[in-house]
Amino acid sequence: MSAHPNLNAMKPIASARASLPWGKWGLRGTAFLYLGFMVALPLSAILQNGFSDGLAAFRSDIVNPTAFAALRLTIITAVIVTAVNAVMGTLTAYVLVRFRFPGKGLLNTVIDMPFAIPTLVTGVMLVALYGPQRTLGAWLNSHGVQVIFATPGIVLALLVITYPFVIRTVQPVLMEAERGQEEAAYTLGASGWTTFRHVVLPTITPAIVTGSLLSFARALGEFGSIVVVAGNIPGMTLTAPVYIYGQIESQNQRGASAMSILLLALSFTLIVTVEWLQGRNRSNYASG
Amino acid sequence: MPQVENRRAQKRRSPSRLGEWALIAIVVLYAAGLLLAPLIAIVWGSLAEGLSAFAREMTSPDAISSLKLTMEMAVAATAINTLFGVCIAWVLVRDNFWGRRILNGLVDMPFAVSPVIAGFMLILLFGRTGWFTPLTDALGIKVVFALPGILLATVFISLPFVIREVAPVLSHVSIEQEDAAFTIGASRLLTFWHVTLPAIRWGLLYGVSLTFARAVGEIGAVLVVSGGVSRLTETSTLFIFRSLDDRNYVGANAMAVLLAAISFVILLVIELLKKRTEQTQTV
Repeated sequence: MSAHPNLNAMKPIASARASLPWGKWGLRGTAFLYLGFMVALPLSAILQNGFSDGLAAFRSDIVNPTAFAALRLTIITAVIVTAVNAVMGTLTAYVLVRFRFPGKGLLNTVIDMPFAIPTLVTGVMLVALYGPQRTLGAWLNSHGVQVIFATPGIVLALLVITYPFVIRTVQPVLMEAERGQEEAAYTLGASGWTTFRHVVLPTITPAIVTGSLLSFARALGEFGSIVVVAGNIPGMTLTAPVYIYGQIESQNQRGASAMSILLLALSFTLIVTVEWLQGRNRSNYASG
Repeated sequence: MPQVENRRAQKRRSPSRLGEWALIAIVVLYAAGLLLAPLIAIVWGSLAEGLSAFAREMTSPDAISSLKLTMEMAVAATAINTLFGVCIAWVLVRDNFWGRRILNGLVDMPFAVSPVIAGFMLILLFGRTGWFTPLTDALGIKVVFALPGILLATVFISLPFVIREVAPVLSHVSIEQEDAAFTIGASRLLTFWHVTLPAIRWGLLYGVSLTFARAVGEIGAVLVVSGGVSRLTETSTLFIFRSLDDRNYVGANAMAVLLAAISFVILLVIELLKKRTEQTQTV
């Protein structure tokens, strides 16, 4: 330190900090130990278990008809829900940021409901509304639409659970977006839709993609609400997380691990993509 | 010509105002149908059974003990994650070292992992043939199918909230103030207590309430770990799950309404805190 007096003068912070290195190392160590024990170690246990009997066993665990159908159902419903969220979430965020109307504050609060209400409770609430013995559920049933214990119920539950994601990523970007360009487009005679498509949409697209990926990842793993509304019929309405639960209950640990690894790999890829997108946005802001 | 222009402008404005209201109506109806209708249905449903049925279900020993356990687990998990969360947020924001990015990635993992998988991981570590079972057996501790397992599961699934809320606020806190305090002789702990903590308090409380809400409502991880064997290890969500299995719909609905009410209180706190954090960040 004394060999670089200039550096020292420039960085009194660093020298002050260095005077208590054990504090820093203590905190680093705590962070590593805590995350290592709570997150890294359990993840490696699943990897070890899933591949414990080799790749061929892993493959056969996945291609068995029930597992495959469960995985397909989970991915299809997640895709549907993500598409709806991309549209409705963006629309909701746009309406919340750009328009004034009575009840706006209330709407803004209600949107956070799925973050606060237990997912199992969401499932019970949906059964209370759409269950075959309820007024609305019975009416829908008589018109040939079965919601509860069927795929529409799964989609509905996922829509409730993931509704806030796109809104909460798009909202701040819309708020910070320059309104000058938008107004210029209006003044030049562009319609509302044209303005939105050519001026607003390009700005918020990264945020829409981020929110959509987050809601997709959330939909892949959802359990609490689905286990109540889906009916969990193998090959029909059994989703991947409920399949994993079934395998654990019937002591088939390797089967549970194999499906877990697949789901983990999927959502891990999504999270990494989101991080990458957000990092890219941040550097865009910094340079622009 | 100017008149025509004028009329066209007026014409354009009135349909766009109409379009605006149409968009608002779509959003309000969608949100109400998706979020409020099921809520009204369940409250209506439990009121239809009568308040006495609600009270009877909620004062049963099982319901009370499950609520107590849920609160204990949520408070303990929130305390643990607050303590470690602030440490980790500090390390991620203020410290620069090899492996920081790995830590950062690990923090997000609980959001990427299905809760069922989270519970399953604990079974693989502490279950009958688990990695740590010889150790815990030797110490005489039962983890899985017991309270420590439920606590570990709850801690895992609610781990990222405090870190993710505190880190951005912490990066806004100027190092100068901390250093000023430090230079005039305050110890690290004193500096943290009197300078850093007040600056991050709203973000921290926001993270704490999100953690608590998530901890109260967890089912997947807790269901796997509790094994559903004993009523001693039954949280409120497990109570609902078992009641549904036993076709005790009145009990399930009553507890669901109660948990929804608790989440509403937390939600209101969160909204208040969000306003405060936004204010402090803009100042």
